[in-house]
Amino acid sequence: MADDSIHTPNPNMPLPLEASRLTGDATAEDIESIRTRTSVFVYEWPVRLWHWVNALAIMILCFSGWFIASPLPSMDYAEATYQFVMGYIRFAHFAAGMILTVGFFGRIYWAFVGNHHAKQLFYIPVWKKRWWQEVVFELKWYAFLEKEPKKYVGHNPLAQTAMFFFMTLGLTFMILTGWALYSEGTGQGSFADSVAGWVLTLFGNSQIVHSVHHLGMWFIVVFMIIHIYAAIREDILSRQSMVSTMISGTRTFKDDRPE
Amino acid sequence: MTNTEGQIETFYDVMRRQGITRRSFMKYCSLTAAALGLSPSFVPKIAHAMETKPRTPVIWVHGLECTCCSESFIRSAHPLAKDVVLSMISLDYDDTLMAAAGHAAEAAFEETIEKYKGNYILAVEGNPPLNEDGMFCITGGKPFVEKLKHAAKDAKAIISWGACASYGCVQAAKPNPTQATPVHKVITDKPIIKVPGCPPIAEVMTGVITYMLTFDRLPELDRQGRPAMFYSQRIHDKCYRRPHFDAGQFVETWDDENARKGYCLYKMGCKGPTTYNACSTVRWNEGVSFPIQSGHGCIGCSEDGFWDQGSFYDRVTDLTQFGVEANADKVGLAAAGVVGAGVAAHAAISALKTAQRKVQDNKKKEEA
Repeated sequence: MADDSIHTPNPNMPLPLEASRLTGDATAEDIESIRTRTSVFVYEWPVRLWHWVNALAIMILCFSGWFIASPLPSMDYAEATYQFVMGYIRFAHFAAGMILTVGFFGRIYWAFVGNHHAKQLFYIPVWKKRWWQEVVFELKWYAFLEKEPKKYVGHNPLAQTAMFFFMTLGLTFMILTGWALYSEGTGQGSFADSVAGWVLTLFGNSQIVHSVHHLGMWFIVVFMIIHIYAAIREDILSRQSMVSTMISGTRTFKDDRPE
Repeated sequence: MTNTEGQIETFYDVMRRQGITRRSFMKYCSLTAAALGLSPSFVPKIAHAMETKPRTPVIWVHGLECTCCSESFIRSAHPLAKDVVLSMISLDYDDTLMAAAGHAAEAAFEETIEKYKGNYILAVEGNPPLNEDGMFCITGGKPFVEKLKHAAKDAKAIISWGACASYGCVQAAKPNPTQATPVHKVITDKPIIKVPGCPPIAEVMTGVITYMLTFDRLPELDRQGRPAMFYSQRIHDKCYRRPHFDAGQFVETWDDENARKGYCLYKMGCKGPTTYNACSTVRWNEGVSFPIQSGHGCIGCSEDGFWDQGSFYDRVTDLTQFGVEANADKVGLAAAGVVGAGVAAHAAISALKTAQRKVQDNKKKEEA
């Protein structure tokens, strides 16, 4: 460790946080605490940008999708020619769907060129025995059977599993069925039809594709509830930062114990 | 001209024999070109083909079905198409429409197959049930599936008329006790063109036959094997009530003010957005109307498995797999509710546990 580090008591170094101390802010306890804090850079800016754009797109897609399936009460504020309520809702849905699709492909690209942690979303190491043991450990932590969680740089094994099934597989499913439904409007031979038209044939009947796309929305909603709860809960109860990590990209550990 | 071996009459010959004038013949050609979505330059091509090409014989067989396809077909709005095409094909074999019956009819069937080996088109109305060796549908003393395979062996191409032949329709609805099976799952080595609908629109049927007879090839098909010119767009895409859909103006209940104004039937479970057919352009009964125009939503009769998609008045399929009637929203809301309640409970326990640990830690500190 460098000589000018504050992580070890260093007789040659002045007491840290001079300005803060002398303005009546930092206490002696605070200074002890910052000596044990460590941090690591995890999420590069494309990953963070994708996360928030994706979250916004999903919110728009859920609401607009809901109103496409169950439209608002009929409105009669103008002649049908000048009124475009469903049109705007559908436009929002399609536009958000396009952004989500482009973002998802961008995220896949970043898994190849980004850092090690950018790949975690796209696989689960089922072949590792230790990984399964840690899944069980995380389950026990959530079942209140463990006193203290372990430290992880990226996702813990349980979170990685959830991410893989809900996001990687879930978004793939929604993008495919969504583009298949979009191709119904753009017509045969269109770009949407050539990339996703086969999904309609696979299910046989467009109504089934509508129904499973609708169920997929609830799958994503369930994920959102779990994801937001877990992120906030772990931010408070675990030994590392969660929410701010997706803003700054830096994971901060609250203690300097090894595991 | 007589119909002798090796020299089959042309369409034009048949038409003239039926007393149709040249002028009417040309009208028929231009109307057919329009119906098929072809440019005016195709009119002389159609006329030329019909004048010079020997007509293609058609054998029309009936399996497990209600004959609504035939009923629709003989009501084709374009009288010439009906008269000409029907007279041309009934010359060969159609056990429902032909004059002959019994052994004479079956003899005509065999004779047609023998005479036009590899040249005739097989039109199938209805489908073969495969359970109990096909005993659920006997025609001419034999299971229909045998007759179908026999007739298909030497056919040039096969037309699957209606939802029965194309997808199975009501007799193939769950649990499908007779194992009624669409034609393309029984005959796998012939080009098959599906013309679904319960029944298909008359003009669509005559249009498809005319195209095949005139150009001697299958019309362009979509991914599901349906003629693209009639089935490439949804009812919804060409519906005259579509502006009300885009505007967000819906019929909310049957017979409400909006229904009288002719607003969109989307909320009443209209399946126009999931159904591929030409009803909203060609319409029915000489173009008089179609279901949506008469104030009722589309039931999606030309879609695969339309009997198994739940109520005719729901746009989201019921999930009956678990033995409980539920739709996607009910399942989704229940799942989100359970997860939400679980999260709330988990959060409460987390807070209590944390508080409890703090108290214990403080006690330990005090004791120490």
